[in-house]
Amino acid sequence: MTEKKYTTVSIPIPLAKKIKKRMEGTGFTSISSYVTYVLRQVISSIEEEEQQEGFSKEDEEKVKERLRALGYLD
Amino acid sequence: MPKPHGGTLINRIVSSSKKERLLEEAESMTTLKLNGGLRKDVENIASGVYSPLEGFLCRDDFENVLHHDRLSSDIPWTIPITLDVDKATADELKREEEIILQTETGASFAMMSIEEIYGYDKDHMAESVYGTTNEAHPGVQKVRNMDDFLIGGEITQINETDSGFQNYNLRPIETRVLFKEKGWRTVVGFQTRNVPHLGHEYVQKTALTFVDGIFINPIIGEKKTGDYLDEVILDSYQTLMDNYYLKNRAVMSILQAEMRYAGPKEAIFHAILRKNFGCTHFIVGRDHAGVGDHYGPYAAQDIFDRFPDLDITPVFFKSFTYCEKCGGAVDGFICPHGEEHRENFSGTKMRKILMEGKIPPEHMMRPEVARIVIDADPKFVE
Repeated sequence: MTEKKYTTVSIPIPLAKKIKKRMEGTGFTSISSYVTYVLRQVISSIEEEEQQEGFSKEDEEKVKERLRALGYLD
Repeated sequence: MPKPHGGTLINRIVSSSKKERLLEEAESMTTLKLNGGLRKDVENIASGVYSPLEGFLCRDDFENVLHHDRLSSDIPWTIPITLDVDKATADELKREEEIILQTETGASFAMMSIEEIYGYDKDHMAESVYGTTNEAHPGVQKVRNMDDFLIGGEITQINETDSGFQNYNLRPIETRVLFKEKGWRTVVGFQTRNVPHLGHEYVQKTALTFVDGIFINPIIGEKKTGDYLDEVILDSYQTLMDNYYLKNRAVMSILQAEMRYAGPKEAIFHAILRKNFGCTHFIVGRDHAGVGDHYGPYAAQDIFDRFPDLDITPVFFKSFTYCEKCGGAVDGFICPHGEEHRENFSGTKMRKILMEGKIPPEHMMRPEVARIVIDADPKFVE
């Protein structure tokens, strides 16, 4: 069976202390789990800003035709 | 509109120009028949409902999902989508690179590239997905009944199969275009496997107050004995929408998938699928996708705290009751009256009344909806 996969990232000790303080009362049990949570949130919001429309104009017209035929669009 | 899960809306439905060539190649390939649930998984992968999956999970993704509730790319994913085969089939397929997937009746509908065949631990799978190895849980029973090997690899859909509800069957690209055409910037998804009562309607309309549109998305597929039949659910919702919803604010289409009754893990999974359909919000009620008393009443809401990168906003509701003093649906946050004035929206109670051919009180269920259920024969999965 595959082991849980983790790697180590170094952060400055003063920052780690700050995080430890910030964690109090949040339910997080380790600096690692808190940092993982925050990084996922940050990366997700960056990716959100980079989003693009996933289909072409041609695809869109074909889809609209079907939606009209099914009564979803007038 | 939210980006699809993982960033790209997957489309693995073969183009018409390539279809003929693939069908010719398919004639010489080994075939594998899939049951209804697996067939639906293939179609959901191909149409992008399960984006970013492009096929059945290989071992690395499978293990990551069980351990971390994420694919190996760190994208949230809580339900392993797997294709199981017995040892004899696994041995036979080890020699193949590509196979043809067929329906139970032998119709070829997809091609699969075999990337990996691997064994797995059923107890570990059950414990991770369902939080238990108790065989009274229908999901655990299902895992126990699975064959001993899993095949991972990408699929390509060659032919559509008939769900029987084609008029209600929209792919994510279609719902995304539909929402855009309607001018909806915010859309709340509502998952259901029941006929609607006033409690459901209250939840939906409360959520609808804050967004541009609601996407009612009944789950169609194998359910447990005693659940309402798919036709009854669809007809009753259509009637409700025709009579009580603004046409330009509500849309219904089906989700073809099996209920897994995985509670919290399935709530995350359901939210991901609705995000792929283009929803910005997703309603999570009491004991979402639960069964019996296997999960805490609000475990399916609490789990969202662990996924800051889900990119769909869960909308949590507590359970509603009818208050005779308020004259409407209430919960503990808005009604000052005591329990003696309240009546639960009990599905069991309404079912009993409907089975007697009677219409439940109007403050419990719309009479038009009740009439659809009464006239249906049969009404329930047997």
